[in-house]
Amino acid sequence: MLIKRSPDIRSSEITPKEIYLNRRRFLAGLPLVGAGLISVSEAHAAKLVAAKSPLSTTSEKVSSFEDATTYNNYYEFGTAKDQPAQNAHTLKTSPWQVSVEGEIAKPKVFDIDAIMKMAPLEERIYRMRCVEGWSIVVPWIGLPLSALIKQVEPTSKAKYIAFQSLYDRKQMPLSDRAGIPLPYVEGLRMDEAMHPLAILCVGMYGETLPNQNGAPVRLIVPWKYGFKGIKSIVKIRFVEKQPPITWNIAISREYGFYSNVNPAVDHPRWSQATERRLGEFRKRDTLLFNGYGDQVASLYAGMDLKKNY
Amino acid sequence: MLLTRRWTKVVVFLLCLAPVAVVGWAGYNDKLGANPIEYITHATGDWTLRFLCITLAITPLRKLLKLADLIRFRRMLGLFAFFYGCLHLTTYVWLDKFFDWPEIVKDIAKRPFITAGFTSWILMLPLAVTSTTGWIRRIGGKRWRALHRAVYFSAIAGVVHYYWLVKSDVRKPVMYGTIVGVLLLLRIALSIKDSRKAAPRPAMIT
Repeated sequence: MLIKRSPDIRSSEITPKEIYLNRRRFLAGLPLVGAGLISVSEAHAAKLVAAKSPLSTTSEKVSSFEDATTYNNYYEFGTAKDQPAQNAHTLKTSPWQVSVEGEIAKPKVFDIDAIMKMAPLEERIYRMRCVEGWSIVVPWIGLPLSALIKQVEPTSKAKYIAFQSLYDRKQMPLSDRAGIPLPYVEGLRMDEAMHPLAILCVGMYGETLPNQNGAPVRLIVPWKYGFKGIKSIVKIRFVEKQPPITWNIAISREYGFYSNVNPAVDHPRWSQATERRLGEFRKRDTLLFNGYGDQVASLYAGMDLKKNY
Repeated sequence: MLLTRRWTKVVVFLLCLAPVAVVGWAGYNDKLGANPIEYITHATGDWTLRFLCITLAITPLRKLLKLADLIRFRRMLGLFAFFYGCLHLTTYVWLDKFFDWPEIVKDIAKRPFITAGFTSWILMLPLAVTSTTGWIRRIGGKRWRALHRAVYFSAIAGVVHYYWLVKSDVRKPVMYGTIVGVLLLLRIALSIKDSRKAAPRPAMIT
């Protein structure tokens, strides 16, 4: 076989020195410009160092930061998609404490800093499918929920975990119009909570969470509809019985405790067979367990997923 | 009188097109947010309901403000309600469902909020078709007026469509419902008043 040598570089192709020096000066200036922009829009955003995780979904294009931070459901800050980004600046995320209590050997109130140090932070790129029929792909940063669970030593009575969001009408002046009972509450079965894909999320896109995305700490359970990912958590309670969850209290016929992503089980008012990935024109097929079936389907073996919606 | 001037109709016509221009311009500049199709769906739906309300307000306003000439604009405004309804339906059929007809038929049959929305549009269809002077003559004024009362049912179906669609915050659909309800009551009250006035008059021979 003949191996062709690439021809020597022609002198005309060599970048003159002053131009490449200019480029460097230009690039050196960029971080400052970028940081300036961030400080206007995200006053509290701080860089986070996180290791890449093998559990990330790397086969799909990550959604833009813009889409992920301006199209949000956070009813405490308004029910329109663009309202949380406009209004959540009133949320005070520091100091922040999370009370961990219930059926555990070591109940404790943790500072947010302590939670962030419970395990090394990881970047987890996950699909996120909203029950409303749209989806995004987000590089979350967080730690396995199991790390916290192990630390507080659940008793044999701990069968479920109940989560509660901050509810402060002073910080959330629009919360009276949310149309759902508050504070927002969510829950997981213990084996769901222990699953390696379930994370306590403290950041996204290399930074701490923007307020509208649930700062300073939220839940991410990628195989479930987005509303299971409770935001701005202040309380985690280990309980024996299945805890109530907000959307089920609001409209029980439409939103169940499990709320696993399932294209075969329609929302009573709309189909869940397809979804619109933000930034795409045509809808795409929704995947069972949001595409994480290989990892999580065994949690629901023998369960009727239509009944346990 | 200003309302009888020809150019006022042109001005109103152009104003009625303003929402298309605003959304079109925003779309051209990529300012429709993270979910442009949803934005367009909501905008066209909102404007259908708004134009239905505006159209329904014409007769009560004519009588209450004694501005009989407002009638010149009613047909155009009603047709704009239909126009925005068509844009809304097109957005759903094309941008949302991408002409997946089996899925669309299933939606209309199975999903109450889509059934209501489709009903609202269907009810507007014969009214749009028979909106010309020729059709009024052909059907006869009395029957034509009876037929065109269907616009109230269209508006009510439109409000129900909106109410059934929202997840929890029902303020906006309730607001539209209140407006349509008030306009309907006004219309009933005014027609009772008119019939009382008209009653002693002898029947006209034509």
